[in-house]
Amino acid sequence: MKPATAQPGLGIHETLGDARLQLAIYTATQRLIDHRKKAVASDVLPAYQDLRTLAHQIKRHTIEHLDYYLEQVEANVTARGGKVVFCEDANEVADFVLKLAKEKGERLIVKSKSMTTEEVHLNERLESHKLEAVETDLGEYLLQLAHQRPYHIVAPALHMTRHDVADVLTESLGVAREIEPEKQTKIARATLREKFLEAGIGITGANFVVAGSGAVVVVENEGNARLTSSAPRIHIAVAGIEKLIPSAKDLAVFLKLLGRSATGQPLTVYTSFLSGPRREDEPDGPEEFYLVLLDGGRTKLLADEGKRESLYCIRCGACLNHCPVYRKIGGHNYPWVYSGPIGAIITPQFHGIDTDPWLPFASSLCGACLEVCPVKIDIPKVLLKLRAEVTASGAKGKRERTAFRIWAWVMGKPRLFALFGSLAAHFSPRPKNGAWIRRLSWPMNPPPLPAWLSQRDLPAPAERSFRSQWKSRKAAR
Amino acid sequence: MSAREKILGRVRTALGRMPGEGIAPRPEFELQIEAPADRIALFCERLEALAGKAHVVAGAPEAREKVKEIVGGRSAVAAEHPLLASTGILDLAGVQHSFATPAARREAWASCEVGITSASFALADTGSMVMFASPSEPRLVSLLPPVHMAVIPASGILAGLEELLARVPDPAVHSSSMVLITGPSRTADIEQILVRGVHGPGEVHAVILQYC
Repeated sequence: MKPATAQPGLGIHETLGDARLQLAIYTATQRLIDHRKKAVASDVLPAYQDLRTLAHQIKRHTIEHLDYYLEQVEANVTARGGKVVFCEDANEVADFVLKLAKEKGERLIVKSKSMTTEEVHLNERLESHKLEAVETDLGEYLLQLAHQRPYHIVAPALHMTRHDVADVLTESLGVAREIEPEKQTKIARATLREKFLEAGIGITGANFVVAGSGAVVVVENEGNARLTSSAPRIHIAVAGIEKLIPSAKDLAVFLKLLGRSATGQPLTVYTSFLSGPRREDEPDGPEEFYLVLLDGGRTKLLADEGKRESLYCIRCGACLNHCPVYRKIGGHNYPWVYSGPIGAIITPQFHGIDTDPWLPFASSLCGACLEVCPVKIDIPKVLLKLRAEVTASGAKGKRERTAFRIWAWVMGKPRLFALFGSLAAHFSPRPKNGAWIRRLSWPMNPPPLPAWLSQRDLPAPAERSFRSQWKSRKAAR
Repeated sequence: MSAREKILGRVRTALGRMPGEGIAPRPEFELQIEAPADRIALFCERLEALAGKAHVVAGAPEAREKVKEIVGGRSAVAAEHPLLASTGILDLAGVQHSFATPAARREAWASCEVGITSASFALADTGSMVMFASPSEPRLVSLLPPVHMAVIPASGILAGLEELLARVPDPAVHSSSMVLITGPSRTADIEQILVRGVHGPGEVHAVILQYC
């Protein structure tokens, strides 16, 4: 499977050079960082670290016994009058929805935010068959009108200004230009309300699929997922096979972590626990319920024990907000719908490392992603494994490989390492007042150092090396 | 071979498992219920922090008066819930609740300004209302009108999510839909500016009935 090409938009250099966009990314992610920090503080949620450990254990248990839980959820959804549809890839999901719409004579489909359906480009397929598929999350709706993909897992239209929104609404809906977010939201509400009441099919994602209950759990703030799953005659929930958790009790762990990690909310405004179609005596709700379980590359990833934990992700977006790379290059410069650190580890595993071999290297390995991950996915470890695979595949140039071979050889010889270290410290410039080194003079700058330094500054080396300081302090004791 | 068989087959190959193989013990944990000193006060505080409105009333007559006051002459539709009947709220002038056809009912839900419901439980530590779809609790009354008001007996206020899951270990047994409503509908999708009432109600009231 080939990944979607990056959306026509700003490339990495353009993004870095766009002061407005840089500020937008910085402010939005900083706000999410601050909100999360308050929500998981030890005085507010003393059990936070225990909950993370538990969440990791529950996910590991479920993934390690995935076949068991898949069969269990299938039996329970069926017992509640719903139907489980297994799909191997994106096309099968679209085929299923198209066939169902045709069979039931439905033309209008409302959708609530679902990364999984973004994965399969469902909207494009549906539209090419003259079905109308309308995104109903405000951000996703704006992106659909503007023909863009999500910039962020949780805040999809993070990069748009109110002026961009005004342009999009005026052009697509022919309404008077409005630049107040409150009024813009009202316009979207009124337009989408008609769609909700008219639509025959509603498609949602699922944050969790509860095997023991045969239920999907959907969390949201706007109410569009509730409308999507309650107003139309048919509800289809689309989820990756890794979204399973054993029982409703486990929600006491996951719901406490998800909202807090994503937006700093102890609970999002709406948490829906939906099991099958409406019961006989219930006055409303869908008459038919389908749970679509998508493989789409997940079983390939499952086979790799060392990187399997990539499937534990609950899509909170915290790793994006805390990533120094994401915060500079933004969401559209990652090659697939999942951006940031989690995108950097799952994209190459879903599509093969040959497609975007640069991706695992787009990280400073600072470890912030692991520190904030609510299910403790060791993203830096997986990045390193992927880097090793890229290197082993021969994708790296001969010169780079030779350079690293020499490097490795030197690192294995403590005396040689100390010698090179002291030479470097001796000859390197020492800018005044603690300023950083931006340029090296001859003979310290053989290629590729100048190219490397064109992107980075270096702190001046210490007067004495760490090793010699260590030695003398140890002696002083 | 169907997609189902292929996927299950690949999962088993990846994990080295056989069809029908059992599972290792699940990670076990206790639901930690931290009972607050005053459930009613905590619930009100948490709901109001989210810009919801909480009203504590003594009994049925006060509840009816409070609901009347909040409705304030706006068009209203109510769920046919026993608590709303016994408190006399269904008899309030201008509150619709009984309809000749499902279409007429849906039309009223979609056009009224205020939706009145009860709620099975409330969660004190998050200010949430817990609703199960049932004949007396349709899904859309709390969702379509721009204002939602729930009349909740104080005895239904639980400490939090843990106590709810301890009391209701499997919500699917009771209803096709359990929803936790935590404050008014909101979005921050445009420039991270908070706007309330995007698709669901922007105004949310909880009327807590102390004695009933």
